[in-house]
Amino acid sequence: MAESHTSDAFVEFERVQKSYDGETLVVKDLNLSVPKGEFLTMLGPSGSGKTTCLMMLAGFETATHGDIRLGGTSINNIPPHKRGIGMVFQNYALFPHMTIAENLAFPLEVRKIGKDEREKKVKRALDMVEMGKFGGRRPAQLSGGQQQRVALARALVFEPELVLMDEPLGALDKQLREKMQFEITHLAHQLGITTVYVTHDQTEALTMSDRVAVFDDGRIQQIAAPDTLYEKPENSFVAQFIGENNTLRGVVKEIKGDLAVVELDDGELIDCKPINVTKVGERTQVSIRPERVEFDKKRLQPGVHTLKAEVLEFVYMGDIFRTRLRVAGNDDFIVKTRNAPDQKRLQPGEQLEIGWLPQDCRALDA
Amino acid sequence: MSLPIYATFGERVWYYTFRVICALIFIFLITPILVVIPLSFNAENFFTFTPEMLRLDPDGYSLKHYVDFFTNNEWQRSFKNSLIIAPIATIISVSLGTLAAVGLSQSHVPFRRAIMAILISPMIVPLIISATGMFFFYSKIGNFMENSMGLDKNLVGYIKVILAHAVLGIPFVIITVTATLVGFDRSLTRAAANMGANPLTTFFKVQMPLILPGVISGGLFAFITSFDEVVVVLFVGSASQKTLPWQMFTGLREQISPTILAVATILVGLSILLLTTVELLRRRSERLRGMSPG
Repeated sequence: MAESHTSDAFVEFERVQKSYDGETLVVKDLNLSVPKGEFLTMLGPSGSGKTTCLMMLAGFETATHGDIRLGGTSINNIPPHKRGIGMVFQNYALFPHMTIAENLAFPLEVRKIGKDEREKKVKRALDMVEMGKFGGRRPAQLSGGQQQRVALARALVFEPELVLMDEPLGALDKQLREKMQFEITHLAHQLGITTVYVTHDQTEALTMSDRVAVFDDGRIQQIAAPDTLYEKPENSFVAQFIGENNTLRGVVKEIKGDLAVVELDDGELIDCKPINVTKVGERTQVSIRPERVEFDKKRLQPGVHTLKAEVLEFVYMGDIFRTRLRVAGNDDFIVKTRNAPDQKRLQPGEQLEIGWLPQDCRALDA
Repeated sequence: MSLPIYATFGERVWYYTFRVICALIFIFLITPILVVIPLSFNAENFFTFTPEMLRLDPDGYSLKHYVDFFTNNEWQRSFKNSLIIAPIATIISVSLGTLAAVGLSQSHVPFRRAIMAILISPMIVPLIISATGMFFFYSKIGNFMENSMGLDKNLVGYIKVILAHAVLGIPFVIITVTATLVGFDRSLTRAAANMGANPLTTFFKVQMPLILPGVISGGLFAFITSFDEVVVVLFVGSASQKTLPWQMFTGLREQISPTILAVATILVGLSILLLTTVELLRRRSERLRGMSPG
């Protein structure tokens, strides 16, 4: 998904390639531009090249080919310590032999900032992450969440314009992680800094980012705002990777503008929206989100194709019901329904007919 | 580790036998050192326990050998020589050894294993062989320094011994520092670079404080190596660089004076003191390090 050059791009990757051994490319032809102030997340499975991209941006890895630009100037030949980019590391990388205040003062000291101003900035940064009282402690005396905040404060204390974060919340428990997700996005927007965030957690990516770049196999598969990514995935990798997804396989039977009819492998017909199928006879994977499946006959559009389904399992999850169905030979077809007073609780063994709005069902690459 | 209640008879027997074996090994190791200490307080010029000493008669003990050590010129000169040579050799060993260890810990350095093997070879090669080689090597260098650079003969002698001892000490520093570097978190140096510190600042402010325990124990080993080294100094040095071990060696052969025992006791005391200090220092920084996150 190559992006066009925009003049307001702050961080730019142009045709960047990276190979560690000179044979296999870990990053293949990466083009990306991040405008100032954006919170961009690089999301992908491990080995997809997202961390390598971050390391190239920080200067710890060199690009084999291509150009990386920051604020319009190429930074390929600038060593990491002259790039002025803040970074939060996966394991926080706080200096264990220094106190919290000394940790924060470190980037200011190397910049030869005077003692008074240094202390003022350290205090402000610590207050910003609500760690003002902990300046005299050592990292080991803090909990994981507190260390996380300190690492964040340390990356921000010298007021960089760009901050990189490498899975910073991976080691925290779920509740703390959700709290920190909110705090980080809040801080980033408040300070107006550009953030490049790496994670393999898609919920994190969706909740935090202005835009998400989905990486797989060394390429960006799709780069878009979270809602677009979830509702309009452009290929089957993105559809599978972001959120829960039901997949059915078949062959395109006919295409009429915005509507396609697909014949599933067991011979049944469904309606869907053609995304990257163009001609009749092509194989396709159709993708439908579990919460967009309808089994209440009254609410189905008249005239659309429906599928026969058998209930295999019903799981009560509190706010939602998760029902597993057998549909067109697929034993893993999930339907999610909201726990509302009039909502029907399906019983295993029940037979029903399911359908959906054609535009919610996307015919993607096979 | 106390004996569990369900231990069988065989296990009980082994439990006590094991303890006895451990005690025997301990005695085997420590007796030769311990026996020297009471003997050094001998009132006579003998290397054996006199009947008075065995009766614990105060007349059987004296400090005369210690007095001899502190007043005899020969002993004092060699003691001073050791105090000059060992610290300087240690400083050289620590600086070069630490640099080598840090360099060899970088994954991109080619032939790391081979270089490492060469650098620690002085520890493995029999000392007498190193000493012979050094004798020829340093006599050429010594001649050059005396004749072409016009340096004082005495000074050249010291330089030769110090360099030779530094070479012997380097392997210890490399080994201990390499061991500490294994546990060193590379993301710390990356973090420092990211915050704007150049490689030199990163080394001194971040890496060095954290590998200090290894550097200190390496330095201690290097110091002890130089301080009780007798073979190389015999080959490389001349009479004016006579060190304490050298003096003890000649003392044993020529004078058979129990002053040697007094010196040995002092050295044992000194070693214990040094080891304790260093161990305390090491524990302190280990504590800071051990609490590193992750």
